[in-house]
Amino acid sequence: MEGFLTGWVAPFQDFLILAGQAFRNLARRPHYIDDVSIQADVIGIGSLPIVLPTGALSGAIIALQMARALSTYGASSEIGPIVSLTLVRELGPVLTAVMVAGRNASGIASELGSMKVTEQIDALRALGTDPLQKLVTPRLIAGALMTPCLTVAADAAGWIAAYLISVPLLHIVTGNTYWSTSWRALDLSTDLAQGLIKPFLFGIIISLCGCFYGLRTTGGTQGVGRATTTAVVAACIWIFITDFLIGKIFVNL
Amino acid sequence: MEVASAPVLEFKNVNLRYGDVWALHNVNLTLAAGDSRIIFGAAGSGKTTLLKAAVGLVKVDSGEIRLWGQDITSMKERELFALRARTGFLFQEGGLFDSLTVRENVEYPLLNQFLQNGRPRANPEEIERRVREALRFVELEHTLDKFPSELSGGMRRRVGIARAIVAEPPLVLYDSPTAGLDPITANTIMALILKERDTRNTTSLIVTQRYQDAQIMADYRYDKQRQELVKLRDEQERQQRHAHTQFIVMREGEIIFLGTLEQLEASEDQYIRRFIRHEGIHAQ
Repeated sequence: MEGFLTGWVAPFQDFLILAGQAFRNLARRPHYIDDVSIQADVIGIGSLPIVLPTGALSGAIIALQMARALSTYGASSEIGPIVSLTLVRELGPVLTAVMVAGRNASGIASELGSMKVTEQIDALRALGTDPLQKLVTPRLIAGALMTPCLTVAADAAGWIAAYLISVPLLHIVTGNTYWSTSWRALDLSTDLAQGLIKPFLFGIIISLCGCFYGLRTTGGTQGVGRATTTAVVAACIWIFITDFLIGKIFVNL
Repeated sequence: MEVASAPVLEFKNVNLRYGDVWALHNVNLTLAAGDSRIIFGAAGSGKTTLLKAAVGLVKVDSGEIRLWGQDITSMKERELFALRARTGFLFQEGGLFDSLTVRENVEYPLLNQFLQNGRPRANPEEIERRVREALRFVELEHTLDKFPSELSGGMRRRVGIARAIVAEPPLVLYDSPTAGLDPITANTIMALILKERDTRNTTSLIVTQRYQDAQIMADYRYDKQRQELVKLRDEQERQQRHAHTQFIVMREGEIIFLGTLEQLEASEDQYIRRFIRHEGIHAQ
């Protein structure tokens, strides 16, 4: 029982405290605007090269698989709506978030972890800087803002890739039908809202997991490696849990 | 609020435990303005923890720690910033920010003070002047635009000193300033610490493993004219220095010895004797 409390409950409580402080710092001086834009560049622009191919390939895969399944029912013209719904609601946000987690939760954890083991975090505090304000809050803001943007980019890439598969390659629908049906299938208040709220929350999870495990690093270089792995695993698991919960809320709406 | 006559730093019955291990056990310590304390102890005896607790980087379980008369044990992190701004801290490996250049590292405490107080930005020329002055103090003015990774261990330690003293704090804490350095570099570092002590009369707390460091602290002073360390010949001057310079030996979080250099050398305790080695000093 004690092991459960110290091993699971206490860290979760610490995580919530860190999250609370990071959010409270949003309203507090000083604001490290420079650090926010650097992090937005690292997380946002830096992740595009992995997020765009992921989105494009998942769009292409859905189109290929669905073309076959739909033709059995003579419903090939429905390819557009299916692609856009699955991409916008689920695959776009989740795959983007998992890729961003793999790249940035690990990056943040290893950066902060190295700073921790070389006493740079203590040095920040000794010099009168709140490490949460200087390091965590800028990453939180950047993650929360950039992940939705990356998701939109991934969705667009997937949409275009699915068009290329279903129209020029397989000829199952006309280009006009593809674009008009897939666009009309999307509902602003549910699908688009869902497709943007999810990555917003995933971005927060990714940044906070990276920061949390980075700042908890102990035990030298080996500890940095451990923190990095744990941050990515934890971020991915929480992404899926959150995805399920939000899906549940929206399905009930 | 601050009490004028209060000691700079005071520990009263301070305790801290990590599981079954005492990091600090019933620690009592007082530093008046201009005092120096040199702390010896085996690895894991609580030396670094003591230093970090002094500025609230480590929270203690019980007891009182007072900085300029204010109890910091009950303070929130944000309330500590003002007191920390008056304290310099040299970390074991320098603790430099490796993503910033030497210049940015040294100007950090200055810029940060302005940022914290919400004051308008400092005059860049003033900052530049103070950064150069601090780096000239440690004789590293030519490394301004280098990154810490391009410097040797001793140079990093010197940049760390420059960063610790750039804001001219009245209290400076040095964590193992000479650890892992060759004797010549180590003596250079000690010369800088003495230079800082004797030019600005700073209060200092020094953790070290080298007995020579203790001898240098007790028996030498920095000569401004000759710009080097000179041995104290005058008996009265020596007495005066020894009154302000005391030595501490820690074991398992406890202070087991507190006294002057003579008392330290006279000790019969086996553990304490381990730290006393009569090797020649190669002061410059």
